[in-house]
Amino acid sequence: MRKSSLTLLLTSARRGAWIGVATVAFLCAAWYVLTTVTGAISSGRFPAPIEVWQAMKQITGQGYADARLHEHVLHSVKLVLYGFMAAIAAGVPLGLLMGFSRRAEALVNPVFLLLRPIPPLAWIPLAIVWLGLGDAAKVLIIWLAAFVPSVINSYAGVRSIEPTLFEAARTLDIRGWMLVREILVPGAAPMIFTGLRLSLQACWTTLVAGELIGAIAGLGHVLYQSSLDIFPAMILVGMIAVAVTAGVMTKMLEWVELRTMPWRRA
Amino acid sequence: MLSLAGTLAFFALWTVIAMSGLVQTQFLPTPRAVLDKFVDLTGNPFVGYTLQQHLLSSFGRFASGFVLAALVGVPLGLMMGWYRWLDDAVTPLFEALRFVAPIAWVPFAALWFGTGIGGPVLIIFSGAFPPCLINAYRGARFVETRYIEAAQTLGAPNWRVICEVLLPASVPSIVAGLRIGAGLGWQSLIGAELIVASSGIGYLMVKGQSNISTSTVMAGMIAIGIVGFAVDVLLRRLEAEINRRRGR
Repeated sequence: MRKSSLTLLLTSARRGAWIGVATVAFLCAAWYVLTTVTGAISSGRFPAPIEVWQAMKQITGQGYADARLHEHVLHSVKLVLYGFMAAIAAGVPLGLLMGFSRRAEALVNPVFLLLRPIPPLAWIPLAIVWLGLGDAAKVLIIWLAAFVPSVINSYAGVRSIEPTLFEAARTLDIRGWMLVREILVPGAAPMIFTGLRLSLQACWTTLVAGELIGAIAGLGHVLYQSSLDIFPAMILVGMIAVAVTAGVMTKMLEWVELRTMPWRRA
Repeated sequence: MLSLAGTLAFFALWTVIAMSGLVQTQFLPTPRAVLDKFVDLTGNPFVGYTLQQHLLSSFGRFASGFVLAALVGVPLGLMMGWYRWLDDAVTPLFEALRFVAPIAWVPFAALWFGTGIGGPVLIIFSGAFPPCLINAYRGARFVETRYIEAAQTLGAPNWRVICEVLLPASVPSIVAGLRIGAGLGWQSLIGAELIVASSGIGYLMVKGQSNISTSTVMAGMIAIGIVGFAVDVLLRRLEAEINRRRGR
């Protein structure tokens, strides 16, 4: 009885995977037929597979938009990391403080309520007016994209800690640095990481938008240049690179999350 | 009291820095100057339109993209929650496309639609679609099995199970998804308008930026904030209202 239900589960899981593979294969075949065999979609609208392959070879080999693919990726990732790290360094302590002290919360919170409805993308023109088209403007908008969520989530994280823990800490006369290390940070960590995951996505979107508006390197710049050149295959390569990089960064953050909070592995 | 003090301190600091001459007022106007600009823009057209007209054209694009995302995403999500094969077929594609930032669609949007209405709609769609789909799917998957079994015992065909059991049961989850989708769609629209547009609030800000008119840029940011906030409040109200009625 148990064995049969297990095999049923296995076959149904395998069937699901097969349907997934079949769909992807079908779409790839349709892509090939529509662009290459029948020409129903002209390559000025959407590139054929062979063109995408050639564009990929071009950007990894001789380079496109002044650099090779890995240089563009590294440039974009570097900017995201700078802004993201700076936002964590400034936002998490502020959020913890706001969660712990009512006075700090009352003082700072209204400013956040005012700034929060403005999406990070809307800061781009201001950043460009202030800092120009260079890397500094991008780091500023990435910082903004990650700062608000990291403050709000650290704050909510502290608020989600059970009051008995604080009472226990008071009874044991734990305060200052030890309180932060033993109660605030571990208690708020799950919420903080939720915030970080959301804001990493926002950072990446914001950076790509910023680079599309004006940049000298980076994946957004590849997209911009290929759109100017009307080079659909390179646009697609750029989009794939954007998606793959975002996926890899998200996975890496999840890995860090598990390493930091091994108790959540279950 | 402290909240008021915090807000006042923020604006006071801003005013002091702007007036002290540390930064040129062209780059950091006083809050008063931004407010004046905001009022001025509602009366005098900037790059062709007044502020309200820019907002209206942005909002029209937003509404069409968002409604389209909801009309496609919600039914597809519900059906994926019911038909296993559809779930298996769509999920790998969806997972792959999810990581493409909505803004990365801008070059193709420009290539396919020029500066017409289709481009922004495509970008808003790609921003608002995933939350609509995911929440409808989750809602449908977490419906209590006994309701479905009851409906099936009474001989309901698949489409009636979807419309009369899955849909009503997942309304709270769907509305939550719509709210997230609206936020993301509104953001994506602003991004799209910063890059390709000939009207709209994002376009107004880009023009303000190239004229180095910081007060115009800031007035645009305020307008975006107000609209985003209003949409969010409206959908929150809807969510609360639906939950209240269902609690009855």
